[in-house]
Amino acid sequence: MKKLAIVPAYNEEGAIGGVVDEIRAFDPEFDVVVIDDASSDRTAAAAARRGARVVRLPFNLGIGGAVQTGFRYAFDGDYDIVARIDGDGQHDPAQLSALLPVVLGEQADVCVGSRFAGADGYRSSGVRRIGIRILARTVSLLTGQRLTDTTSGFQVLNRRAIALFAQDYPHDYPEVEAAVMVHKHRLRLAEAPVSMREREHGSSSITALRSIYYMAKVLLAVIVGMFRRSATPVQGG
Amino acid sequence: MIAGQTPLKVSIAATLASVLLLAVVFELIRSRRLRERYALLWVLTGVVLLVLSAWRGGLNTIAGWVGVETYPPAVLFAVALLFVLAVLLHYSTVLSKLSDQNVILAQRVALLEQRLSEESMPEAEQEHAPAEAAAPASPAR
Repeated sequence: MKKLAIVPAYNEEGAIGGVVDEIRAFDPEFDVVVIDDASSDRTAAAAARRGARVVRLPFNLGIGGAVQTGFRYAFDGDYDIVARIDGDGQHDPAQLSALLPVVLGEQADVCVGSRFAGADGYRSSGVRRIGIRILARTVSLLTGQRLTDTTSGFQVLNRRAIALFAQDYPHDYPEVEAAVMVHKHRLRLAEAPVSMREREHGSSSITALRSIYYMAKVLLAVIVGMFRRSATPVQGG
Repeated sequence: MIAGQTPLKVSIAATLASVLLLAVVFELIRSRRLRERYALLWVLTGVVLLVLSAWRGGLNTIAGWVGVETYPPAVLFAVALLFVLAVLLHYSTVLSKLSDQNVILAQRVALLEQRLSEESMPEAEQEHAPAEAAAPASPAR
């Protein structure tokens, strides 16, 4: 079974090395591919030094485009399992142990690590937290499944989900739309409680004003998305 | 000073036009011909025009505020024009970004090609030589 860890990173030269090491420490069988989203610092070099494969994007595509690059890499490389872990160190690779069994045991095609589905609390700025809640409610309503954290990028996916996302993946704040896509393609989505760490380096790229913009955009995308009749055809799932 | 009134027919026609705009935008997004990122401004335009068209009292009041006393629907034109300008300006920024990215892509591809041809020099020469001999008159190469 081929396993790949996709690590999107933008200006994370301070944190990326540790993330790569931790993934290796959790399970040496994971291949690690770091998608450097046109960082202006030495993220790519730092990742390569720890033995990760590095894909450098020619210009900044944003999180959705970066992550999809990873899914394409996984699809082309015939990987069976993908773990998505942010490059800033807020996801603890050791907690993959909570997500992996759900997908390996065929209980779900995508398992999302949720900050709010139990475990201990997660501190986040006010506006952002409200935004996360509103999006979670909307997606729960649209999918008919109770989801608590639709903005979490800490995920494990199987081949079916890899094939879908390699072909079609949303852009900014992709996880919300992706949850709806998973539902529309009749794949199974599950959540597992995890705790996330405070960012080690750098600052979150999302400010309050941008949160509002993104939320309007994502809500528009999600709602219009529900009216799409034909699902994206998936090859070789 | 008596404020002007919006004729009912104008209100109905403008409302229909706004609904049509919103419907077209919706269908474009649904069929994936318009990205949400670029649709947001259009949706905003449609909603604002719809509200001002359908809500005659509101349009009359706003017309009063900005000193349009004889014909309140003129405000509708002004607002529509403002939004069209905003959309155009937005497109200019998008276009600038795209052309910057296009330059970067072209440079990256050219550098990659150069590196590839350097790495596989002997094969490359064998492949290129007969192709050039076969088409000696192609001027653009």
